[in-house]
Amino acid sequence: MQLWYALWDALPFELLHWDFMKNALLALLLLAPLFGLLSTMIVTGRMSFFSDALGHSAFTGIAIGCICGLAPTAVAVAFSVAFALLFSWVRSRSNQAADTLIGVFSSTAVALGIFIATLGGGSFTKYNKYLIGDVLSVTPAEIGVLAIVLLCVAVFWVLFGNRLVLVSIHPQLASSRGLKVKTTQTIFTVCIAVVVTLAINWVGLLMLNSLLVLPAASARNVSKNLRQYHGFSVLFALLASLIGLSVSYHLGASTGAAISLCLAVIFSVSFVFRKKVS
Amino acid sequence: MINLFHSGGCHDSCCLKVQNVTVRIGGDRILKDVNLHVHCGQLVALIGPNGAGKSTLLKTLLGEREFDGNIIFSVPGARRAKARIGYVPQTPNFDPGDPVSVADLFNCCLSRRPAFLGASKSDRELILECLDRVHGEDLIDKRVGTLSGGELQRVLLALALEPMPNILILDEPLSGVDIEGQTGLMDMLDEIRRDYDLSILMTTHDFSMLSRYADRVVLIDHEVKCQGTPEEVLGSAEFRTAFRMKEGT
Repeated sequence: MQLWYALWDALPFELLHWDFMKNALLALLLLAPLFGLLSTMIVTGRMSFFSDALGHSAFTGIAIGCICGLAPTAVAVAFSVAFALLFSWVRSRSNQAADTLIGVFSSTAVALGIFIATLGGGSFTKYNKYLIGDVLSVTPAEIGVLAIVLLCVAVFWVLFGNRLVLVSIHPQLASSRGLKVKTTQTIFTVCIAVVVTLAINWVGLLMLNSLLVLPAASARNVSKNLRQYHGFSVLFALLASLIGLSVSYHLGASTGAAISLCLAVIFSVSFVFRKKVS
Repeated sequence: MINLFHSGGCHDSCCLKVQNVTVRIGGDRILKDVNLHVHCGQLVALIGPNGAGKSTLLKTLLGEREFDGNIIFSVPGARRAKARIGYVPQTPNFDPGDPVSVADLFNCCLSRRPAFLGASKSDRELILECLDRVHGEDLIDKRVGTLSGGELQRVLLALALEPMPNILILDEPLSGVDIEGQTGLMDMLDEIRRDYDLSILMTTHDFSMLSRYADRVVLIDHEVKCQGTPEEVLGSAEFRTAFRMKEGT
């Protein structure tokens, strides 16, 4: 970290002379490829709404952790994983449409979270940071956790990426090639649950879904194959993170919101310049 | 799971035997005592009304359904044989918006290298070789969601042929393909089964192709109602009953 601080001290960027900004930049350089990668498969697998529901369940887990006096993030991770597994189990045994079941789980999680957070007349104010997020408050220790998570997701992508693509685009074909479709889907669901829950501290519940959907949604507009899809998705997430951080610093607005708005602009531009690929 | 093992019976060629196979889903009996015998190099067409259990039989052969009875694959000279099955699924719809090229699809199925890194030179050569079998080398960089019905069937056929299977199963390969494409696809299947001596089992609702291409036709309506040459089955009373046709139509 000292090397990272010294590097930016030597450069003529006023906003990066503050340690908290240097931390935020490093965190975003780790979060952007993380969300860029996950985004590709969430969009291809039509799981955008589900990842939003996972964010809600993470909030509920945090509320449970706070009320029980346990580490909120650890409880939230456990709760989100349980939520994801329970959803997968119910979905495989129900004839209801997936978006209906997600609505059931999502609204239940939000209601439970708010109920627990306000139990006994408690104030909701202390939970605001989980709603809006604050990447500027990230600590070097948390950056270390983020680096480990990114490394784990990258390894997971290299080992399971091909299976995930096949299961996402055509489950029946994947099954005929000997892949365990449900197991693959469940492993990916758990992976999203863990990342979403860890990231909620910094990007916030309200911004989480835009970061999980918009990079890949924009990349789809201009990509012909998986290599371009992944490349553009990570590139757009990085671009929006850097511009968003700068804009939020100069205008004094929420960094998460600024990044999301940058992603929205990138999506609009990609939509205008989308290729008629064939 | 299907236990495909040698049990004798086909002395001069490999064959697939389905013996008294019964499939139940929930409380319903979808297939009852189905018996089939398919020799290598034969093209066998499964026909029957909608909901007759054709796709269920194919899924049973693929190991996706529990069943009672025996499914046996045998190879001459081998005491124990395991069948390699190639499968082309029914109405394979891909999202036109998915940025997945034909090369990506092959990479995901055949290569250990992550598809998002792109195909290596050797992988690309293998993909072109596979596509060459179905005369589709020019499709390699196209997005799978933008392929026509006929092009998609050719790509999935090429995929099912790598590694080369003993048995090729196709679920309604002619649906969604225009007349010219149907003839082209059937000519290709005919060429492949002769070149590679593999069994082809396909379901179809298109009876016009049967006389020209099928060695045997099996009429299924939850059980085998009739089987024989295309002429025998299409002229049978069971065929007319199954499809509610009047005499002379």
